[in-house]
Parts: sequence; C-alpha cells; structure tokens
Amino acid sequence: MADRARFAEQAMEHMPALYTAALRMTRNSADAEDLVQETYLKAYRSFDSFTEGTNLKAWLYRILTNTYINSYRAAKRRPEVSDVEDVEDLYLYHRLSPGDGSGRSAEDEALAGFTDDEVKDAIEALPDAFRIAVLLADVEGFSYKEIAEITDVPIGTVMSRIHRGRRALQKTLAGFAEERGLVTAGPAAAS
Amino acid sequence: MGHDERGRCGGDASDVDCGEAVRQLYVYLDGELTEQRRLEISIHLDECGPCADAAGFEAELRAVISSRCKDRVPESLIARVAAAIAAEEESQASGPGSPPVPA
Repeated sequence: MADRARFAEQAMEHMPALYTAALRMTRNSADAEDLVQETYLKAYRSFDSFTEGTNLKAWLYRILTNTYINSYRAAKRRPEVSDVEDVEDLYLYHRLSPGDGSGRSAEDEALAGFTDDEVKDAIEALPDAFRIAVLLADVEGFSYKEIAEITDVPIGTVMSRIHRGRRALQKTLAGFAEERGLVTAGPAAAS
Repeated sequence: MGHDERGRCGGDASDVDCGEAVRQLYVYLDGELTEQRRLEISIHLDECGPCADAAGFEAELRAVISSRCKDRVPESLIARVAAAIAAEEESQASGPGSPPVPA
C-alpha cells in the first residue's frame, strides 16, 4: 500500500510523458492539460490502492487512458472511425527504396526530414485504439503485456493494434515524403 | 538488388524465409519474441542483406517517431497540478473521516 504523502515526489516526474500522451490523445493543449490534472487527482485519491514497488508509470498511464476514453473521447466533435486501412508490411521502406540500386539516400533523407509536426500529425490521424497502442509502444516504450494491462485488452489485440497502427502511420508519413519527391509512384515492385 | 518475400535468400543455414522474417520484424524489434524465435530471425537478418536493410530502416524509423514526439510541459500545468494535490491533501487532513495521519 502506497503512502499518499509520498505521491507527489514519486508521480510528478512522469508528467512530461503523460502530457505528451495526453496531447496526442486529445489533439489540443487545453484538453490535454485538463486530462493530465484530472489524471493526477484521480491517482492521488486512489494512491493507497497502488502497490508500492510496482510500475507507477504504467499505473498512471492506465488512469490517463481510462479518463481519456471515458471523459474526452465522447466529447470530440469529429466522428471517430474505429478501424484503419490495411497497409502492407514495410510500406514506407518500399516506397522509398525502388530497388534500382540507388542506395539509401531517399531513406536517409526521408528519416532525417520528417518534422516534429509531421510525426505528431501522423500519430494524431490514427483512430483512438490504434493511436493509443502506437503511442504506448513506440513513444513510451511499454511492453505488449504492460499495454494490455493499461488498456485492458488481450495481448493479441494489443499486437494487432500496434502493428496495424504502425503500418497506417507509415502510409501517412509516406505522403509527407511524397510531397518532397522522395517516394516512387505506385506500389513497390515485388523484386 | 531486390528480394522475393516468399522465397529464400542469402543461404539456408536459417530456416526462416524473407516473408516470415518481415512478418515477425515488428515483434522482433519490440524484443517480444521467444529466445529461440529471436535467434532464428537474427540469423536470417545476418545472412540476408535486403531484410537486414529493411530491419535497420524500421528501427531507425521507430527512433525518429519517438524523438520527434516530445512536448514540453507548461510550467503553469506543473504548478496547477501541484496546487490541486496540495488542496486535496489539505481537505483530507481536515475533513471528516480522514485516514490516520502517518507517524
């Protein structure tokens, strides 16, 4: 059982990560700030149910994610689609590598060229379930098991959301690379 | 040079073909394969240039996504949350039915 008096000293250091996730979830800073504050208050109030020595960051993310889903998602004006398009494996890589022996210049140029705003926009374009899974895996580095516990879904579902979300993300990023003339037109050749 | 995702390439010391390696690539990069499976994919990547190149790209892309996705927390939010918790502490300490104060 965790001691509430020690909540702030243990929990405050996770705020930058939680705020980043909240921004990607809500897509605006006013809602993100409210979401983070609500998360901390809920966490403080239920801190005695947190088991000291277990993963505090994952516990805070679980509260953040549940609060977002219960309070903020429904409030969005934008109708939320619940699925992503099927995109093939290595989508971006194949678009950048025409296989004509031109080497890695387009790949390196594209990777170096993606701006913060492009990457954030690409993540924010994903539907909720995929966005949250990709955020937790690729931005925060949680394991499949931790993500399953945070989002309360089976590991198989977590893996499917992460992998499909990443591929959809690659398609959006390929669009940005295309604007710079870095991708080949049409589907990549099979050989 | 290209690679046929359904065929083998780069020798056959490993029993994994390119299609399989690509399908398992994310789980491999996530460090979530069993040790035996991880080893098999790793051997394939050692032997197959095109798959190793693709794996390198995916790993770099992951690093790019993570590093481009950081936001600075507004100082005002840190202060706001700290104040909200302090107010909550205050009301708990003085309110009825408050938990025993730790020694």
